[in-house]
Amino acid sequence: MSMPTTSEEGQMRELTFMEAAREGLAEEMRRDPTVIVLGEGIGPRGGNFQTTLGLFALYGEERLRDTPISEAGFTGLCIGAAMTGLRPIVDIMFADFGLDALGMLINQAAKICYLSDGRLKVPLVFRGCIGGGNSSAAHHSGNYYPFFMHIPGFKVVLPATPYDAKGLLKAAIRDDNPVVFLEHRSLLNVKGPVPEEEYLLPFGQARVALEGRDVTVVAISAMLHRALEAAERLAAEGASVEVIDPRTLMPLDIETILKSVQKTGRLLIVDEDYSPCGAGAEIAAQVAERALDYLDAPIRRVNMGFATMPFSPPLEKALLPNVETIAQALRDLLAA
Amino acid sequence: MKADKELYLALYRKMLEIRRFEEAAAESFQQGLIPGFIHLYIGEEAVATGVCAHLRQDDVVFSSHRGHGHALAKGVSARETMAELFGRKTGCSRGRGGSMHLFAPEVGLLGSNGIVGAGIPLAAGAGYTFKMLRQDRVSVAFFGDGAVNNWAFHEGINLASVWGLPVIFVCENNLYATQMPFAKATKVQDVYKRAACYGLPGVGVDGNDVLAVYEAAGEAVRRARAGEGPTLIECKTYRTVGHYVGDPGTGYRPREEIEKWKARCPIERFRQKLLAESWASAEELEQVEKQVRALIDDAVEFARNSPWPDPKEALMNVYADYVGGGADA
Repeated sequence: MSMPTTSEEGQMRELTFMEAAREGLAEEMRRDPTVIVLGEGIGPRGGNFQTTLGLFALYGEERLRDTPISEAGFTGLCIGAAMTGLRPIVDIMFADFGLDALGMLINQAAKICYLSDGRLKVPLVFRGCIGGGNSSAAHHSGNYYPFFMHIPGFKVVLPATPYDAKGLLKAAIRDDNPVVFLEHRSLLNVKGPVPEEEYLLPFGQARVALEGRDVTVVAISAMLHRALEAAERLAAEGASVEVIDPRTLMPLDIETILKSVQKTGRLLIVDEDYSPCGAGAEIAAQVAERALDYLDAPIRRVNMGFATMPFSPPLEKALLPNVETIAQALRDLLAA
Repeated sequence: MKADKELYLALYRKMLEIRRFEEAAAESFQQGLIPGFIHLYIGEEAVATGVCAHLRQDDVVFSSHRGHGHALAKGVSARETMAELFGRKTGCSRGRGGSMHLFAPEVGLLGSNGIVGAGIPLAAGAGYTFKMLRQDRVSVAFFGDGAVNNWAFHEGINLASVWGLPVIFVCENNLYATQMPFAKATKVQDVYKRAACYGLPGVGVDGNDVLAVYEAAGEAVRRARAGEGPTLIECKTYRTVGHYVGDPGTGYRPREEIEKWKARCPIERFRQKLLAESWASAEELEQVEKQVRALIDDAVEFARNSPWPDPKEALMNVYADYVGGGADA
């Protein structure tokens, strides 16, 4: 699936990622009076990341509820609300803060539909910012999405463009399952075309962001943009790189990845999160199970270094994937 | 509180139903008919009975790991509850949950729970829904003394109180969190006193006196329905059996203490009252006993003869929208 063009979709504007996401949230709150947001500073302040800016004036305190710093408590409360007819969004600010609520998410939210044999639903969005690169240090920068991929019951969504942020957030709000919706800090002010018309993006549909012949890159969240830059460098060196944004990790559109690998014979997975038991490990395993014969070289991964996110810029830079480390991995893979 | 023969007999019948159910569950467990493990509510029957007597079918209950009594009191049939313990397809959770995951949303049971305290914030959340949608429904969380030193108690009750939610928090203080005596777990020995910290009414009652529980719960439910916010009720009670079937429950509790509480059996006490005050004759109560025994015998028979769930369904309903479920859904 490719980005729409203006001629297909009518009027396009340039919006930032957060403006687009907020527009999607506003549309859903207007459409459905059971959509509510709970979090710290999401009321009159409009959210630490401006997730709810301007909405308090429209929808008031019951639907945009500022919470005390009780992450497990208000997440648990939102699960109970979701079981009984509301569609709550937990705006956890930094995903790291959500770790206090993991027990409620994993033991309750993810399991209730199954345990009730489908008679109860938990339409909950658990939304937070992830990612390093700006000295946010150890408690404001984690990625964490593999935890949720590992547990039956969650959907895991990582938009990388303004267009996807809006369409995927709207779909997440309408989804009847707990959806973990993670937004990388470095994406929030990135601009891109967003149609004025309403649209929803179905989960489980990867996007081929750049078509190529020689090697496939699967790039998660903000890594998409670094991978595209690396692909440009490789193009200048004469290599044709295909870049895929999975957009949702659960469900995972493995078919689009397999199709690409069958064409290129080479796969690199770029993921800012750690490599052990990570998203890339799962993608690599599925490709190995189903397309080993098509591979001309071993699958490679580029991840952040296996250490806690440090504060000092040179330390942080040393651990995070960047355009050059991705480009070099591509060169190595093409030479293999 | 208006004295009422019909009500009194209903309370007596429900307590007896829970007691006989639990005895039958223990027997079935010992016969190897119940997989896993089960926690019994014996000795604590007055609490679920007295609280749930005020609830409508559209009110909701979040129960604990010791939840059979809550399920029966909320209106789940003895058949469906027993069949769930047996792991059968006819169980209230269709065999997916067992004792600690009893779900019957049709009658407002939104889960017993294997995680101590988890029902407290969940119940607050249901209260949030009812308040926001202007419904006059109420939400109840049952939990033991083991839950009150957990984040869930503090955060859940604080949020319900500050937002004025229609929730009744019922602490069944049976004096031991598994083997941990409440006296060694915290300094303040009355849980209801903590209500003052959160600005909601706190009521302490004899949890082995079904009428005392009934009266306290009546006021709490009235307040919640009237939009006056939550209440914390502490019912001091005792499980006169082990923590789970198989635990003798004696190594960490003095025998004299167990005997003392057995003598305060909520069912026998209420029976004596009904007879002494001529609410019912011995024959009438014997009739109730017979009916309850028949009900429980039928439940065991039903569970024993029910089919197992189809293994083909093991991956179903992981998601609300993917019938097949599984990692590649």
